[in-house]
Amino acid sequence: MTTATTNRIDSTFSALRSQGKAAFVAYVCAGDPDMARSLEILRALEQAGVDIIELGVPFSDPMADGIVNQMAAHRALEAGASLPGVLGLVRNFRRESELPIVLFTYLNPVYAYGFEAFHHEAAAAGADGVLLLDLPPDESARNAELHELPDLRHIRLIAPTTPADRVPMLARASEGFIYYVSREGVTGAQTDLAEGIADNVAAIKRHTDVPVAVGFGISTPAQAAEVARAADGVVVGSAIVRRVQEHASDPDVARVVGDFVKPLVDAVKSV
Amino acid sequence: MSETQTPLPTLPDEGGHFGTFGGRFVPETLVAALDELTAEYFRAKEDPAFQAELDRLLQEYVGRPTPLYFAERWTERLGGARIYLKREDLLHTGAHKINNALGQILLAKRLGKERIIAETGAGQHGVATATVSARFGLKCRVYMGAVDMERQHLNVVRMRLLGAEVVGVEAGQKTLKEAVNEALRDWVTNVRTTHYILGSALGPHPYPMMVRDFHRVIGQEARRQLLEREERLPDLLVACVGGGSNSIGLFHPFLNDAEVRMTGVEAGGHGIRHGEHAARFQGGKLGVLQGTKTWLLANADGQIELTHSVSAGLDYAAVGPEHAYLQSEGRVNYTYATDDEALAAFRELCECEGIIPALESSHALAEVRKVAPTMGKDQIIVVNLSGRGDKDVEQASRYLL
Repeated sequence: MTTATTNRIDSTFSALRSQGKAAFVAYVCAGDPDMARSLEILRALEQAGVDIIELGVPFSDPMADGIVNQMAAHRALEAGASLPGVLGLVRNFRRESELPIVLFTYLNPVYAYGFEAFHHEAAAAGADGVLLLDLPPDESARNAELHELPDLRHIRLIAPTTPADRVPMLARASEGFIYYVSREGVTGAQTDLAEGIADNVAAIKRHTDVPVAVGFGISTPAQAAEVARAADGVVVGSAIVRRVQEHASDPDVARVVGDFVKPLVDAVKSV
Repeated sequence: MSETQTPLPTLPDEGGHFGTFGGRFVPETLVAALDELTAEYFRAKEDPAFQAELDRLLQEYVGRPTPLYFAERWTERLGGARIYLKREDLLHTGAHKINNALGQILLAKRLGKERIIAETGAGQHGVATATVSARFGLKCRVYMGAVDMERQHLNVVRMRLLGAEVVGVEAGQKTLKEAVNEALRDWVTNVRTTHYILGSALGPHPYPMMVRDFHRVIGQEARRQLLEREERLPDLLVACVGGGSNSIGLFHPFLNDAEVRMTGVEAGGHGIRHGEHAARFQGGKLGVLQGTKTWLLANADGQIELTHSVSAGLDYAAVGPEHAYLQSEGRVNYTYATDDEALAAFRELCECEGIIPALESSHALAEVRKVAPTMGKDQIIVVNLSGRGDKDVEQASRYLL
């Protein structure tokens, strides 16, 4: 079982740091297109060389996500996904893999499950961290029922619009890694990467030793390599989820996903 | 200046909390914009020039003050309490929504934003936003659920005539909630150039506070008007509650008047037992949706549930956080009216007062029909007629003609 002192996210980043490599973080939505193929997709991601999996727990109203991830959540919910079901997926994958898993979702499903119970049971299932998109540290401090427990690493977002005087607070509140949003907007692949990523990552690193991963809008090996030069990790999400969408009726969707992700991982590791 | 002394705890707190409710549950990408908006709102509130411009436009452009009308024939028919209608239906654009849209566009100008976005359910907030955007020469885009676009088609046409771009939302159940999601996504993407005029007392701080403050004029006027006319305060205030903007506007200036009871009326849809409604205080649970912690309709897994109401403006899964607070404090009583009850009240007001009310407001009227006969003839009810029913005539005719 994961504890506060040994965590797969921390050990992965520390191993990569000693090799001078950036982490490849892959986002997929749990239960998309269904739970059985979702498990196969996780296996394919590991075989492609992914370092960390961000596993989306589908929510009916994903306000920070673009259309690709919204549709993925919709497919997963239609196929019967639920938070307990996602924890079952984590448990199954954990039987065969030591890949770090971050649960990526919105507060309401976790709130309904019970915030404390979620922490205990997600960790027991084998999850290592959580990113709750609509739970800023300000609110977890203010609401007694939302006090974060040490079972999971709490990943934070920092945005290009985050005021400079807020960055130190977020950096201090971060565990595992910081997810730097490389551009304004919702999740989704973009052709042009935002400028100034390296400067912004450096500004964050002045306040913390926690690794900084960069995401939102990365879809090609060239972009992934570019970001890998500036950050400790590269997050690719919607571009992968789009492959799931395009092959949702394909029994072998996991192979398609693996074939798409492999060159992205190789690009990151080439840096 | 406020016409009431307000010794209730000044809410919300600095973080936008009303007791345990409210707050700011948003992705980090929105925090800066909400901070900027909050700061500018407090500056504007203290700025006499801002208040003077708002007051002047409310009077000359919007048509304030609205009458407090004694509904004599309806009172006689129901045979109990004296019923006064606060005539927000007579405002420019036909509903209370313009009070807030005007206040917020003045803020947007101060912030130097060049583009306005809004969500709309019944279309009244969209029309109000399109109207003030035309008046101030700002680009305007309104998100509206595809189902609502069909059932409130007249308002879609009005918005387009006013120069707004109306974008249909096809996600989920294609009503107000999905329109809010799309507006939030737009705002996250274009936050530097765009102001989001949120239309109800909902969403992340500062919206519930700010929207309430721009609608307090409803209750302030009603209080003054009734004191002039009857030399006393009302026994009961009644208003419908979707997100809860018209009701909080009416209720808030009376909150410290202990003798004034208040009832908020949610949409009972086909009836609470069937699960086809939008009555959050009846079948809801505590949760977080679209930036705020409040009562909402969700399944056991925390997925937001489908809602139903004959009125698009009440067809929403969460209630404004200050209402959740007032309910928890026992200060306001919340009940519901079904589609059928609202339609019956709609018809009755048409027939005996010559006023076609909005279907949303008809939920409040339905409650008046229930309680007025049980009250004494010396007692007084003030009900907020939050909008006119022109937009609803096609739909109402299907049920009533």
